[in-house]
Amino acid sequence: MPVLSALVAGFVFGIGLVISGMASPAKVLGFLDVGGRWDPSLALVMAGAIAVGAVAVAWAERRNQTFLGGPMRLPAKGGIDARLVLGSAAFGVGWGLAGFCPGPAIVALGAGHAKAVVFVIAMILGMLAFEVAERARLRGPMSPATTGAVE
Amino acid sequence: MTIDWASFTPWPALLGGAIIGVAAAILLLVNGRIAGISGIVGGLLRPPRSDFGWRVAFVVGLALAPIAFAMMRGPPAIVIDAGYPALIAAGLLVGVGARYGAGCTSGHGVCGLSRLSPRSIVATVTFMAAGFATVYVVRHLATV
Repeated sequence: MPVLSALVAGFVFGIGLVISGMASPAKVLGFLDVGGRWDPSLALVMAGAIAVGAVAVAWAERRNQTFLGGPMRLPAKGGIDARLVLGSAAFGVGWGLAGFCPGPAIVALGAGHAKAVVFVIAMILGMLAFEVAERARLRGPMSPATTGAVE
Repeated sequence: MTIDWASFTPWPALLGGAIIGVAAAILLLVNGRIAGISGIVGGLLRPPRSDFGWRVAFVVGLALAPIAFAMMRGPPAIVIDAGYPALIAAGLLVGVGARYGAGCTSGHGVCGLSRLSPRSIVATVTFMAAGFATVYVVRHLATV
């Protein structure tokens, strides 16, 4: 069941991206080009998504478990640090360079665009670089495991 | 700033956005998960593998959407102007940045803002500003 509902959610998400036009990097770049001829569409996509999403979140936060009886896994809201800001800044530069973020890139890959395949491979390599760096950091000389420090 | 009225598509944007919201609602209320695409993909690169099924299913659903759309309404308009070197640099930055920033346009921009998460508000403002600045430099300052 969780696999089926995730498949449906992914499919519906992809249809939303296609209908909104956001699967096309040219459309996204039209929004990011505030210094040129600006296309505000992306702001309305976010407004539509947040309007529906906020209702779902309000509902989810009043429930202790999912419809399937599983746990609600909502990320913590707090903790603004340099990682969050620098990571988001790097993400934004990449987003502005090509007009692709992860969802639209996977949709464009499904549509058979070779350029989307190249972008997604590079994106996965970037994510793997993060995993390697994280594992090195957690296992590194400063980690509690090797210094004996207790938090 | 001049608004590009010819390209502005308010109704499909609002409708598509609402559909994205419905997708996020399904994943949240049925799976108990945030529809953050970078997090869903990134989670495939680390254990536990018992967690892989729903992640793979979500990504497959996302990739199937344009195929189903094409069968009903014809192929979706997807215009990718960036060249291969830019796409590779962009992909690397998006991948590493979304993981360090713990989210992307979907996780922070849609789901996080829906819950008014301060982390997500900071992340969204930051990547929007970086995106605006990057496009400004590429389109209006770079002369090469």
